[in-house]
Amino acid sequence: MKYKLSLLQAIQDETRNISLMEVCGTHTMAIARSGIRELLPSNIKLLSGPGCPVCVTSQGDIDGVLELVRKQDIILITFGDMMRVPGTGSSLEEERSRGADIRIGYSPRDALRAAQENPGKEVVFLGIGFETTTPAIGAAIEEAREDGIPNFSVFSLHKIVPPALEALFADAEIKIDGLICPGHVGAVIGLGPFEKLASQYGKPCVITGFETLDILEGIFMLLQQIQKAEARGENQYKRIVRDQGNPVAMGLINQVFETVPARWRGLGVIPASGLKLRPEYARFDARRKFDIPEMEEIPIKGCACGAVLTGKIIPTECALFGRSCTPLQPVGPCMVSHEGSCAAYYRYMPLERKK
Amino acid sequence: MKDERVLLAHGSGGLMSQRLIDEVFKKAWSNEILDNMLDGAVMEVPSGRMAMSTDSFVITPLFFPGGDIGKLAICGTVNDLVACGARPLYLSVAFIIEEGLAMDQLRSIVKSMAETAEEAGIKLITGDTKVVEKGSADRVFINTTGIGFIPEGIDFRPGRIEPGDKIIVTGQVGDHGLAILSQREGLSFTTPALSDCAPLYQLGEIVNKYGNSIKCMRDPTRGGLATVLNEIAGQAQIGVRVQEADIPVSLVVRGACDMLGMDPLYMANEGKMVIFAAADAAEGILADLQSLPQTADAAVIGEATSEPEGMVLITTELGARRILGMLEGEHVPRIC
Repeated sequence: MKYKLSLLQAIQDETRNISLMEVCGTHTMAIARSGIRELLPSNIKLLSGPGCPVCVTSQGDIDGVLELVRKQDIILITFGDMMRVPGTGSSLEEERSRGADIRIGYSPRDALRAAQENPGKEVVFLGIGFETTTPAIGAAIEEAREDGIPNFSVFSLHKIVPPALEALFADAEIKIDGLICPGHVGAVIGLGPFEKLASQYGKPCVITGFETLDILEGIFMLLQQIQKAEARGENQYKRIVRDQGNPVAMGLINQVFETVPARWRGLGVIPASGLKLRPEYARFDARRKFDIPEMEEIPIKGCACGAVLTGKIIPTECALFGRSCTPLQPVGPCMVSHEGSCAAYYRYMPLERKK
Repeated sequence: MKDERVLLAHGSGGLMSQRLIDEVFKKAWSNEILDNMLDGAVMEVPSGRMAMSTDSFVITPLFFPGGDIGKLAICGTVNDLVACGARPLYLSVAFIIEEGLAMDQLRSIVKSMAETAEEAGIKLITGDTKVVEKGSADRVFINTTGIGFIPEGIDFRPGRIEPGDKIIVTGQVGDHGLAILSQREGLSFTTPALSDCAPLYQLGEIVNKYGNSIKCMRDPTRGGLATVLNEIAGQAQIGVRVQEADIPVSLVVRGACDMLGMDPLYMANEGKMVIFAAADAAEGILADLQSLPQTADAAVIGEATSEPEGMVLITTELGARRILGMLEGEHVPRIC
């Protein structure tokens, strides 16, 4: 505890104006929960980044999934977070109430099992997430190939993190002095990609864990680099993250998926940032199997999730926040997901903000 | 071994039903009131105030580390009675069983109910069994309704809470929620996550000793500690302040919650009580709780304040103060 407080003190002593971005939704939640944001001096800003996989999924992709579940004899297995994400005029939750067979699963293995138990139906797993969730889904696809399971496929909305961070750094409107980098993603991809980003854009990047102490240390390490005018990739989360990452997990991703351009909410289309099933696995690609076209991007009226995801505004600056958009009645995905910045700001509201 | 299962005929009211009642339920729960086998239980009750509580149990999985649906069905209702300040006396039990439930599973649930009831000193005195078609229920649902006797003068309710009263929680929070979650999702931890499911009959001693120095008690089941504190703050129109660092949470629950992106303060408990007590009695209550095996980890976690009315504030470990709100939506693990 004493160490935590002295770290906090050292951070509070910083006098320059500094904007740091926490990329990962889990960091946003942890920061809100521990109250770190409120304890920082006003000259240090923590912005939330595009690190919530549900939130960055584009409206067109969500509409594509809704299109899929309206087809006959489909069972969709999805992570619970996706159920209430609003698409255009509907959501998976609403489609389920109208009779679509949509089930919450906790792993792609649930979908493999459902496929074996329902040979007369097509079972689709809604694949969403970054480098952390993708390897397990790659493994399930490989298993389906080996076992010849014909009625299993994956609707891949998977994305990879480094290209999005490049896009952020390249955006002149976004002022970031350093990145609090995601520990879970770091555990898979290793330190290399963050070192590259740091040197290419001249901004320090620190892979950080998720406990209060980790986050304080991560912030402190970033401030130290900024003070010395350095820009390195550093690893605060050494107890979990090896510098070389996890080659087995990376191998699974590369074996099953290839990169394609992908649309991110708030960031637009980013080259080589999405993951699509390789041609050898094409028969497990739900989008191809059921011929779901790329849907037009229809923005949600008044929703500022795009600006929130790029740190251009903080959630409370959105006109809908806490008024027409709450976790019970969400307008945009950042209020739905448990990793969403708006949900974090809403759930862990400091006393001063309560109206 | 014979693969015996519950059939629709077991709920028909005929010979099969009779056999099920005799061989499974009556055998395990036998007592002088139940054994009369009347249409309803006829029993003596002490004169004075009674408490009554009902709860239905629909949990998946049926068996989990630290308990099962049967034990839970007893503890849930017993603890609700205890929270009212009552000494639990009698319980009714109603089963809705999906045809096809393994008879062994049913027997083991019934046995566990008998053991828990005996431990808690409560009698199962009347019951009902229905069997429904496959798909109409999820294996087995249990309703229990209990009555208990409230000792002279005991009056526990939020309206009696005053600013300055201390808030005690009787042990580590979040254990049941994590046990269920880990079982459902096939997660395993080096230290197993055990449900805290227990009938809190031992609190009777504390109630007898401290009487109305206790203002209000509530068991933090679904929605966890945070939800109960909010309910009470709202009903009593008082403020509640708690210190995060003082709330007991086991290492395994803390670690698992960090990993899963969940918050122990919103996770269910099935063997814990939140007690609001007058400040001058709090120290004694705490010491006595800590001397009982069921409540050895009890701690004072905060106090009631005059304002902000209806709101729970938590001071985080780092000293930041934020609102500890009600949970909106479901509490599910994160994706990444």
